[in-house]
Amino acid sequence: MGPLIPEILSDQWNNIIAIITGMAFGFVLESSGFSSSRKLVGVFYGYDFAVLRVFFTAAVTASIGLLFMDYFGWIDMAALDGLPARVWPIIVGGLIMGLGFVTGGFCPGTCITAIGIGKLDGYMFFGGIILGVFVFSEMFPLFENFYNSSNLGDVTVPEYFNINPYWFTVGVSIIAIVAFYAVMLIQKRIKSVEY
Amino acid sequence: MMDIKSDKQHIYWNPYLGGFLLGIILIMTFFFTGRGLGASGAAKAIVTQTVHTVAPTHTENNAYYSDQFLGGKVPISNWLVFEVIGVVAGAFISGSLSGRVFFRVQHSPKITARKRLWFALLGGALFGFGAQFAKGCTSGAALSGMTVLSLGGYIAMLSIFGGAFLFAYFFRKLWL
Repeated sequence: MGPLIPEILSDQWNNIIAIITGMAFGFVLESSGFSSSRKLVGVFYGYDFAVLRVFFTAAVTASIGLLFMDYFGWIDMAALDGLPARVWPIIVGGLIMGLGFVTGGFCPGTCITAIGIGKLDGYMFFGGIILGVFVFSEMFPLFENFYNSSNLGDVTVPEYFNINPYWFTVGVSIIAIVAFYAVMLIQKRIKSVEY
Repeated sequence: MMDIKSDKQHIYWNPYLGGFLLGIILIMTFFFTGRGLGASGAAKAIVTQTVHTVAPTHTENNAYYSDQFLGGKVPISNWLVFEVIGVVAGAFISGSLSGRVFFRVQHSPKITARKRLWFALLGGALFGFGAQFAKGCTSGAALSGMTVLSLGGYIAMLSIFGGAFLFAYFFRKLWL
């Protein structure tokens, strides 16, 4: 049955759904405090673990939900967009993004929510993204070979390690719960930061 | 403007509630469109469309730009551009309800606003640059990728957060 576009709903609905989805996404991120860079980076200094809690809860909830919907035949999980595992480009890109996170205090999605509530540092961060994308695009011929290297294709973790996807998700959920408990203990020991 | 600020300013949702609702939004997005959420892709669309308007032959000669025009596509009408417009609106609504909408620079009291803005620009540039290698950022690559159990999504999550933990020590004076 799912995804509904383009089989059941026509393509014209796509942009309308994009705006509605974006509004819900922005509302939840902002309400969870993700428009605050000082709250976001708290996870890297141990004084606020909202990022870890929200991020893991969302990933686990969504995975479990989709697995159930796939099981009931409401959605074909294999037809959904995954991220092709270009191992080294993703690792290098991820490390650069990590550096950007602790210097800039946002990630692209959260900087958009900061823009929505008038934070000028959010506007600057977005300007930076535009600059970074432009520089990368212009330099692309230099990176082209690396960019397309070490591609394992659109494979899932359970497929790659040949394990059961249900048990894998149970495992990730347990890791998440253990992490939630651990950060609760850590937070009690760390001096709180006013922001 | 001042009277719009309220004492609810610093009160946010329980993170597990926020995470659960975000998970539901992800499920619905995949159910309707077959794709996940994202953010950095909108910046890519803006850059490509702008460069193409200024120098059309230049974009045709660069594979990174020209791939976004394949099949007569218009980069600026990318799904993510509309989604990001929605994110601005959604954040504005949420912020308004809690009295958080006003212009300011948020920074640690130990650094100046000017320093915060320069580092925000630098961080954004690094994030934008890195997201191109990974074909996505925290939302598009890591979160949406993990939702569909994608190996690439898990690698992205581990390297973004791993990288941030790795470098956090060197930039502690910006935040603590």
